[in-house]
Amino acid sequence: MKFLCVECDRQMVFEERRLPGDGTLAAAFRCPRCGRVVAMLANPMETQLVASLGVKIGGATLEPQPLETVRTMVTTGRGDVFDERNEEQGKGKGAVPAWSPEAQERLARVPGFVRGMVKKIYADYAKDRGIAEITPAVMDTARSELGLEGM
Amino acid sequence: MPLNIRTYHELTEPDRSGLAQQIAAQRRRVAGRLAAVGQVVAVMSGKGGVGKSFVTAGMARALARAGRSTGVLDADFNGPTAARLLDAPRARLRVDGDAVLPATVADGVRLISMDQLLEDGRPLGFRGPDAESHVWRGSLEAAALREFLADVAWGALDTLLVDLPPGVQRFQELAELLPAAPAVLTVTIPTPESRDAVRRAMRFALERGSRLAGVVENMVGGAFSGSAGDELAAEFGIAVLARIPWHPTPDTWRELALRV
Repeated sequence: MKFLCVECDRQMVFEERRLPGDGTLAAAFRCPRCGRVVAMLANPMETQLVASLGVKIGGATLEPQPLETVRTMVTTGRGDVFDERNEEQGKGKGAVPAWSPEAQERLARVPGFVRGMVKKIYADYAKDRGIAEITPAVMDTARSELGLEGM
Repeated sequence: MPLNIRTYHELTEPDRSGLAQQIAAQRRRVAGRLAAVGQVVAVMSGKGGVGKSFVTAGMARALARAGRSTGVLDADFNGPTAARLLDAPRARLRVDGDAVLPATVADGVRLISMDQLLEDGRPLGFRGPDAESHVWRGSLEAAALREFLADVAWGALDTLLVDLPPGVQRFQELAELLPAAPAVLTVTIPTPESRDAVRRAMRFALERGSRLAGVVENMVGGAFSGSAGDELAAEFGIAVLARIPWHPTPDTWRELALRV
């Protein structure tokens, strides 16, 4: 999918993606010549179709996680099927970030089927930035920066 | 005055979304994961209830007992049975780096099945809008197949058996995901009804570049009469690899494994 500024005859460039949480998607594109911005608004079915392809509008912000689509989209998965021990430390050998009690509480609300993966993503994010403790504020920033859907 | 609107292919400036590149990366991930797999064999039938999963499990165990490292990917996401047929424990799956380790089950066969992932007795359900779910559900199942291929640490295998559901849809998805069309082993029962349905599936596979590895005739010697195995083998110029009786012995499976 591409957007053309007809007046300038220039291909518009991706600017920003938003997931308002109601199953829809908004993606903004800007004309590099005149600066005009248009937003593509996808309904829940169209948004789901994009998600089901395992691609991200605006580009991938994370390395693919193992069984990412299955774990984020299946609603009837066993909560205890994945052994989280290898995931919760995140990548690399750096210090494992701590989780504040509030962040732990928020993480506990994530379904068990995907929790280990979510925990790893946040741990990787914190490690990459030298963050010693993961708090709800860190989680919010990570969600925004990484474009995490439903995490 | 009509607007001057260039076409999609005429717009060639870099696209930050890079959707085509993301899809290409997915394909490379599948190819990379399967680089150490000697052959991928799709166990297929156009007909339901002919015993594809039963044959897959028996053959996988026999191959493993014969010293050939074997994996089973249960691609029947809505009716997964391979885990039970292969005595897979309800063990937790370990994530190691960028992959999930397959369960090691009977006779050392490596297995991934939706049955291991789902809650007992629950159907495969997806998050998403209820309306028009037929539009996106198929894509999500194809994505699950891709991840079972690309995100499972299959390691070095002589043979990866892919147990397909009835019909041809999942085969089509598999053939599109793999670097080369898989070999196809077809399972039929002796009846003419099964023959006709399986014939269509075999034609479908041939048209997509697959090599037909042979026919297995299952449920032989019981209530089902006919000669579907022989007829399909003659029509397609391939061998009947095995005739599986209602109560097969280890020798039955061993002989099949020798011919795969």
